[in-house]
Amino acid sequence: MRVTVRLFARLREIAGAETLVRELPPGTTAGGLWDDLAREFPELAEYRNAVSTAVNEEYARMDAAIAEGDEVAFLPPVSGG
Amino acid sequence: MAEGAFAVTAAPLEPGRLAAIVTAAFDGSGPGAGAVASFVGTVRDRNQGRRVDRLEYEAYEPLAVKAFERIAAEAGERWPDARLAIHHRLGRLAVGEASVAIAAASPHRAEAFAACRYAIERIKQIAPIWKHEYFEGGDVWIEGATADPDDAKARETAVQRACA
Repeated sequence: MRVTVRLFARLREIAGAETLVRELPPGTTAGGLWDDLAREFPELAEYRNAVSTAVNEEYARMDAAIAEGDEVAFLPPVSGG
Repeated sequence: MAEGAFAVTAAPLEPGRLAAIVTAAFDGSGPGAGAVASFVGTVRDRNQGRRVDRLEYEAYEPLAVKAFERIAAEAGERWPDARLAIHHRLGRLAVGEASVAIAAASPHRAEAFAACRYAIERIKQIAPIWKHEYFEGGDVWIEGATADPDDAKARETAVQRACA
């Protein structure tokens, strides 16, 4: 299945792209997708315990199952205000 | 709530407009607004010993607006008579410019102040917005809280600060 990945701030800079498209096996979780990305871009690994995720523009847990066509965002610690 | 109460925008913020939005949000079925508390966050010239030149803000825009709506709903549970509006600026900001504007209206001042303070505390916890600081000699992404809207402890911290 095909999903769109959105990355922000430092994560976007590490990956060198704000949007990625990835082909994944069915049943992949947001956390599984993150682990794939951290293998592809090793500097992401340090964010494993600090990253948040959102699926289709709603906050989600890392164990959330993702589906064909989903937009999965990974968010480093936030600093608005 | 009136249209435009929650937004992220590249345009300069207009705190007076937010005050008008929340004041107009009372429909006449109960007591109207007797107090409006406003908060404006601005770009500071120094941060952790660095001389700041400018900030650049980015957001996951649709989720940021939803986070503002969620924060207002949370505030509504605690302070049912309060009405909130939240706008956050994006893009490049010079020192002194407004990065975030909040207005909270309520029949009485205590709820307006509390809801306003709660909103800024929660923005810092859960709004998917990031600041990139450019200072004399370099730049750095500021990384604050790991965003988790369901973290009850973080929410309680925001309530405590709002009621301090």
